[in-house]
Amino acid sequence: MARPRLDSEARAGLSLIAPPFLYALVILAAPLMTILAYSFLTDGYLEVLPEGTLQNYGQVLTDPIVRAVMLRSLIVAAVVTFATVVTAFPIAYYVSFMVRPERKAMWLFLITIPFWTSYLIRVFLWKVILGYNGVVNSSLTGLGIIDEPLTFILYNVNAIVITLAHAYAPFAILPIFVALEKIDRSLLEAGRDLGESRLMTFWRVTLPLAMPGVIAATLIVFIPTIGDYVTPEVIGGGKIPMIANMIQVQMLALDNRPLGSALAVTAMVIVALVSALFLFLNRRFLKVRQ
Amino acid sequence: MNRQGWGLQAYAIFYLLFLYAPIILLPLFAFNSGTIIAFPLQGITTDWFAQMWADATLRRALTNSLMIAVSASILSTCFGIFAARASTRFGFPGKGGIMAFIMLPMVLPEIIVAMSLLVVLLGMGVQLSLLTVIAGHTLICMPYAIAVLSTAFSSLDRSLEEAAYDLGETKWGAFRLVTLPLVMPGIISALLISFTISLDEFIIAFFLAGNEPTLPTYIFSQLRFPRAIPVIMALGTVLVVLSIVLLALGEYFRRRGNARIGGKPTGGLL
Repeated sequence: MARPRLDSEARAGLSLIAPPFLYALVILAAPLMTILAYSFLTDGYLEVLPEGTLQNYGQVLTDPIVRAVMLRSLIVAAVVTFATVVTAFPIAYYVSFMVRPERKAMWLFLITIPFWTSYLIRVFLWKVILGYNGVVNSSLTGLGIIDEPLTFILYNVNAIVITLAHAYAPFAILPIFVALEKIDRSLLEAGRDLGESRLMTFWRVTLPLAMPGVIAATLIVFIPTIGDYVTPEVIGGGKIPMIANMIQVQMLALDNRPLGSALAVTAMVIVALVSALFLFLNRRFLKVRQ
Repeated sequence: MNRQGWGLQAYAIFYLLFLYAPIILLPLFAFNSGTIIAFPLQGITTDWFAQMWADATLRRALTNSLMIAVSASILSTCFGIFAARASTRFGFPGKGGIMAFIMLPMVLPEIIVAMSLLVVLLGMGVQLSLLTVIAGHTLICMPYAIAVLSTAFSSLDRSLEEAAYDLGETKWGAFRLVTLPLVMPGIISALLISFTISLDEFIIAFFLAGNEPTLPTYIFSQLRFPRAIPVIMALGTVLVVLSIVLLALGEYFRRRGNARIGGKPTGGLL
């Protein structure tokens, strides 16, 4: 084989990386390739027929139900991401700029603890908090603030958004915090010394420098939320499916593996496109900095 | 502290309340004698904990989950040691691509990992069991283990290893006697993080376990029955306490490791 001769360092590195790499090839790459292949095949009764077709993708792109579910997933993920990142920024800012250095680790620990407790139970508890006789409604009616329970937070898309925003909060706070920590504090002093107001210093120095963290946070929240299965299932009771629920129904309940595969591949393409867009934005920001 | 500082501090406290809201409710309902999960609370009881203790399915789910989590965390940490050592110590062709591929499960929706694995396993006629769940969990825990271990390996002083070679140790001897003890805290926190992730993972366990229950799939199946909820609240309380203990341990080892290699004790688990 016409392969460039590897030096001993490269050989050592490759032989070390081989076991995890092979494992990922077998358990991840092979299955992903399989569903990619399935997505171009025809669905038969109880089996997948080896006839190539683009019909599955045609259905994904034109079917109104599929389109509605895709659109809902995109909107929910976008709203969750926006809400999570916007509410997380002040916290990251507070911990990075206001908390004394020796207490920062404790704050980060406090922020990450809720994230390590059972995801299913957390989601269910939000249903309890937001439900018809839930904590929010019963305390508001008890205090006489409202007469009727609030309905806009009941078992609907809003409830899904609140639940997901809670679940992914630490994922947004940590990258922004890391970016803020890297900012050279003397730059802020320079801004102030040159006569900028506190707000303008924040706007023209802090925020642009924190942007890589904000973009990382956006990606880290967006990708898992668009593929979330549990929250629509528990909060919406299966009545307001998102893309993950639809993939599962096609794959198992309806046993239409080709269509399910086409849905999965489309979802991955959407995620990849959004990620590429944000990574491109990130690069632009970095260029501006240099 | 100025006015802006107070505003931010108030916001931070409010935000922590939002983060902790579900966890504060958990013990309230776990010790509440009412069978409905709603306010006002009734009396205090420990019945739900007793019922939880007596539940045979739950015990089976717990044993399964522990077996899966122990196997998956050991496997993913072993793979993680290989990958972290390779990526921090050696340069090799295709490094960026290979590492990105191994880290991919971190950003891939779990439903896609679960569904594609399931389709392949069913296609090959493999019987679904705890082993298939372990295979899936090892895959998704590996990137987290690598992230933790890379920090530990990258802060190693290379000259210590070279000193060991100069003093006549073999490569393996130097690794075992010098490198391994120095990265041991990193290994322990990688084990703990993988264990915690696997223990709480629902989607892969739900689809790849066949008929075997795990803790999350058991919880999911019980959420449909209002009568079973108080027991689940008791279980949740126990799990919260357990994961806080595990995390505190992990944080302790991480800091001790940091201190040993002369680092500053900052940063969280992620």
